[in-house]
Amino acid sequence: MIPILNQATLLFPSKSCNEAFARTTAACFAAQLDPTLEELGDIKTAVSEAVTNAIVHAYPQDLGVVTLRLRILEGHIFEVCVKDKGVGIPDVERARQPLYTTGDDSRSGMGFTIMESFMDSVRVRSLPGKGTTVTLRKRLSPRLGGSR
Amino acid sequence: MPVRLAQDKNALTFYLQGEIDHHGARGIMLTLDREVAARDPGMVTVDMGEVSFMDSSGIAVLLRCWRRLEETGGKMRVRNIPPQAKKVFVAAGLHKIIPMDD
Repeated sequence: MIPILNQATLLFPSKSCNEAFARTTAACFAAQLDPTLEELGDIKTAVSEAVTNAIVHAYPQDLGVVTLRLRILEGHIFEVCVKDKGVGIPDVERARQPLYTTGDDSRSGMGFTIMESFMDSVRVRSLPGKGTTVTLRKRLSPRLGGSR
Repeated sequence: MPVRLAQDKNALTFYLQGEIDHHGARGIMLTLDREVAARDPGMVTVDMGEVSFMDSSGIAVLLRCWRRLEETGGKMRVRNIPPQAKKVFVAAGLHKIIPMDD
């Protein structure tokens, strides 16, 4: 276990207007690690993908709760955990394949591919009928004069 | 989110702006669909100079416009793409399909 230096947890209903709120909040929290603009962009993008997945796929019929847990871990690591109690993913391996989507034509099927290329690690745990937890981690570059 | 456009003979330019995510993507998609169907352009340029954020929802928007133009024999390119959106564009491999001008 890597020691946790700081953390914040946010709960919100699975409304699409919360996508911008979630990614902006994650970027604000990550600002404590003095990230570069590119790193901030990477975090915003990956969080947007994970939260959009929860909003679009986890609760197809009605609204549910999405939990966003943000953590700063020792070693300049930023961790984002997006959790839902929705329908779950029957086949996680398949869901992670590029271009695979169960969504409509407004979805590209590139969400996991983008999370994987913008973060250092992407872990997905899902149980059908119970929900899905996606944990993203990225080690940010330590900069001279940077604060923690 | 409003999409500005300019037409010069057979060439149509869309100016996208702001944050392109799942929340706003459908509106942009419908505007592009409608204008491409109504004007039947030979060349579509998507100017992304004013886009402050884009995730994979933007990929879906651009791919759909590209597919529409493939059907009618039109061409498409993207220009003025900011660094964050460009990174998404490249990570999705879209630069292999839709030409990107710097």
